[in-house]
Amino acid sequence: MQNIQSPEYAIETKNLFIFYGSFAAVSEVNMKIEKQKITAIIGPSGCGKSTLLRAFNRMNDFVPSSYVTGEILLHGQNLYGKDIDPVEVRRKIGMVFQKPNPFPKSIYENITWGARINGFKGNMDELVEQSLRGAALWDEVKDKLRKSAYELSGGQQQRLCIARTIAIQPDIILMDEPASALDPISTLRIEELMQELKKNYTIIIVTHNMQQAARVSDYTAMMMLEKDGSRSGTVIEFSETKRIFTNPKDKRTEDYVTGRFG
Amino acid sequence: MKQENTIMENQNFRPLDLRKKIRPGESIIQSLLFVSGVLSIFITVAIVYELGKEALLFFNNPDVTFAKFFGTTRWQPGVGLFGIWPLVTSTLITSAIAIFVSLPLGLATALFLSEYASPKARSVLKPILEILAGIPTVVYGYFALLFMTPLLQKIFGEGVEVYNMASAGIVMGIMILPLISSMSEDALSAVPRALREGAYAMGATKFETSLQVVLPAALSGIGAALIIGISRAVGETMIVAVAAGAGPNFTFNPFQAAETMTGHIARISGGDLSYNTIDYTSLFAIALMLFLVTLILNLVSQTIINKFRQRYE
Amino acid sequence: MNPNRGHYPEGEALHRSLNGRYRSASIWQALFFSALVVAILSLAALLYNVMDGAFGYVAFEYKNDPSEFTAKPLDDLNKQELLDILTANLSSGAFKKLENDKAMEKRSRPDLYTLVLERLIQIDTKQTWSMTDSILHSKDIKAEAAAKYPKAKLEFRSWLTPVFLTTPMSSKAEFAGVRTAILGSLWMVGIAILFALPIGTGAAVYLQEYANKNFINRVIQTNINNLAGVPSIVYGMLGLAIFVRALEPLTSGSLFGVTDANGRTILSAGLTMGTLVLPLIIINAQEAIKAVPDSLRQAAFGVGATRWQTVWHHVLPNALPGILTGSILAVSRAIGETAPLIVVGASTFISIDPDGPFSKFTALPIQIYQWTTRAQSEFHAIAAGAIIVLLVLLLTLNATAILLRNRFQKKY
Ligand SMILES: Nc1ncnc2c1ncn2[C@@H]1O[C@H](COP(=O)(O)OP(=O)(O)OP(=O)(O)O)[C@@H](O)[C@H]1O
Ligand SMILES: [Mg+2]
Repeated sequence: MQNIQSPEYAIETKNLFIFYGSFAAVSEVNMKIEKQKITAIIGPSGCGKSTLLRAFNRMNDFVPSSYVTGEILLHGQNLYGKDIDPVEVRRKIGMVFQKPNPFPKSIYENITWGARINGFKGNMDELVEQSLRGAALWDEVKDKLRKSAYELSGGQQQRLCIARTIAIQPDIILMDEPASALDPISTLRIEELMQELKKNYTIIIVTHNMQQAARVSDYTAMMMLEKDGSRSGTVIEFSETKRIFTNPKDKRTEDYVTGRFG
Repeated sequence: MKQENTIMENQNFRPLDLRKKIRPGESIIQSLLFVSGVLSIFITVAIVYELGKEALLFFNNPDVTFAKFFGTTRWQPGVGLFGIWPLVTSTLITSAIAIFVSLPLGLATALFLSEYASPKARSVLKPILEILAGIPTVVYGYFALLFMTPLLQKIFGEGVEVYNMASAGIVMGIMILPLISSMSEDALSAVPRALREGAYAMGATKFETSLQVVLPAALSGIGAALIIGISRAVGETMIVAVAAGAGPNFTFNPFQAAETMTGHIARISGGDLSYNTIDYTSLFAIALMLFLVTLILNLVSQTIINKFRQRYE
Repeated sequence: MNPNRGHYPEGEALHRSLNGRYRSASIWQALFFSALVVAILSLAALLYNVMDGAFGYVAFEYKNDPSEFTAKPLDDLNKQELLDILTANLSSGAFKKLENDKAMEKRSRPDLYTLVLERLIQIDTKQTWSMTDSILHSKDIKAEAAAKYPKAKLEFRSWLTPVFLTTPMSSKAEFAGVRTAILGSLWMVGIAILFALPIGTGAAVYLQEYANKNFINRVIQTNINNLAGVPSIVYGMLGLAIFVRALEPLTSGSLFGVTDANGRTILSAGLTMGTLVLPLIIINAQEAIKAVPDSLRQAAFGVGATRWQTVWHHVLPNALPGILTGSILAVSRAIGETAPLIVVGASTFISIDPDGPFSKFTALPIQIYQWTTRAQSEFHAIAAGAIIVLLVLLLTLNATAILLRNRFQKKY
């Protein structure tokens, strides 16, 4: 993908609809996501948060019936354009999942695998150390790099997944409820880590936890099922997090963030 | 209100008795069902007992010594030759050839079906493998003797005997292929989707994901398939009885004829076999060895599969 | 900002490296696919090989010229004339023996015709050719046959004929049929299923509906799974030791007054085969019972049914199609199994229809084995014919199983 000057936004969507078969899970999303900021996507269950997030790095391609209309622009290129290779998209836009999913390999290999397949030319040991430090995991695992990743705790595994994602140096990191399977202490560590990471990366996070969204994100997108009864989700409000939580424009957002509904 | 009253009245007429009642019919049926369940254990016990009893008679024969059994290489109990090796080596050679054929083919087939084939292609291709799995082994024997052997003779020339281990082994491999393929496919599809997605999200191609993430994750399940395959090959009778050779022969040349353990049992028991002869008891000794080897292989495979399931559930 | 960024290919370099990765992927994919092609080709080769053997040219001579027995062409003779020839030319002993098997008067014309050919004229097969050769090189074959066997007749023959299905075993390939073998197989499978189906279903019901997860039940379950993997020849040895030898009074029928049999009877074979398919039936029945939804049981218990009433009225009827499918699969396994029958002592040469559980017997796969291992190519040809019969039988059974499964795959 060519670097066309430095755009202001990391990702921009235009008139985005996402379908599963004939069912439009997400309708008409227009948003501009800022670089090196954390953007949270919140909303009730089933409103299409994961669907939207997974559209950003074309993970929905693996659902055979799914397709999108409209555009998702990265550096001005439509990610769903005809000549776009989804593998290259994912190379630039990494993802951390709800449940930690380390590969059944050693800690070391978990990080080097992505680097290797992507043609990394530098020093692997250094890369492993940098990535693990970047994910605030180095001190805990530096003596057992050759052990299986399955020997780590859930929180450590999740940070390992973050480490392996930053090892391949994407531009954007997507996180789908990355802390929902973790205890409060691990959650806190992940949140601190995100603050660190946003110096270098653009982060988009889906979360069910209002406090989390309020604590960590700079911008928040509120998603909701459309009122017309179509069971299709859309972004009803998107602005600075402060604003969403203190002075939302939409009544439904207010009800939701204050816990009166949803 | 009214209804409650009627219920109360009813209870007054018929005192409620919730104590356990003895239901003879139920107990009899339950015992019968239990007996059916336990019968399977009885079968195993009977196998061990009957094979063990006759095998013991064989090994207690003063002519059969440990040194002769494992130290010599000719087997013909009728004339006092008790070296088990020719039967064992030919069993191992035919099984090894079978695995050598079926493991790569079966695994590649499984990878193709589970990772690449469209649902439509799968629905056509899988039944073909099932047909292959359903063909009786005696038919494979015909195929080995009258197709594979002439083919090998055409390729490798004079050195290939009419009965030979290579032909039997290769055809046995084709027979086992569907088993290995379907068990491997199960193992591959049991790998959680999250693991694949993790790989894709790092910019891996579909192929890199299947070969470097999914395949290693399914390795223990594939190991279980391999072990079951070995057990199948060791216990397979008809293909080797027809095509591998009709007489024990201590050789490592796969193009020569050599009778396997199963083939030997089939040939000797097919003739006029009288009870209480050394020929009779020796067959039970071989069968016992077969049973134990396959039992261990099956148990190991099952343990692996259970562990594998637990890990991903 | 990203210290490692320079170490990854970017832009054009990324494109190029990706293209390389895709290329090697498609090579591997082609390799995987070729494994499947090998499997399909093997199946095709096997089927072709059987067909190839079952049809083709055959060169044969008459040992005794038909004109020694009759002035008319053989094909034009009617039943009475054939019978007259047999009466006139067979030794009285041979005639009487045939008469004992089946009264001569009652035999059909094709039957008598075959007898004349087999016993009097006698056919001597000189050579057979495969179907492919016969079709592609028919001229060469005709020339070769004419040169090598000047007296022989050459004819294109299907070894698989209606007569092949209805004639009993014979020591001459030209006159052998699979009637006895098919009947033997049917008897054997019938006994096996009668034995294994009730017990197997019972065991499955016990394990799914009654057993709690204690030690003994876990042992039973593991044991069943292992029994399914025991080599079939070991079942044969078990059958030999128990049914043929230890239970001889029962299986030979001497308990019931049958005198001329030993333990190597259809009953022994059926019981052995029943033991062999028992684990298969149990496992399939367990699956079928597992598929019955729990809500059904709870509904039955909810109206006060006992456990057995629930099982009998609700679980079993709903699991029945699955259980039947499982038993059809067990039947097809039993029909194709050969090794245990050899060990239990199938007779390889037998020409009298089995007439009960205490008969001696042969079976279809046993005949295939026998004929395949003979040296003469005409036996290979009838082996191929018998294989086709066996495969068609299996195909029918499996198609029935699939139909049954689709028909009842419903509801939940
Ligand atoms: N693979 C799929 N095939 C068909 N429909 C799907 C698929 N995945 C999701 N959906 C549907 O799309 C809608 C949005 O689902 P999505 O998972 O995006 O919701 P979500 O907002 O992430 O919910 P949650 O908060 O529970 O994770 C739902 O109605 C869901 O049923
Ligand atoms: Mg979600």
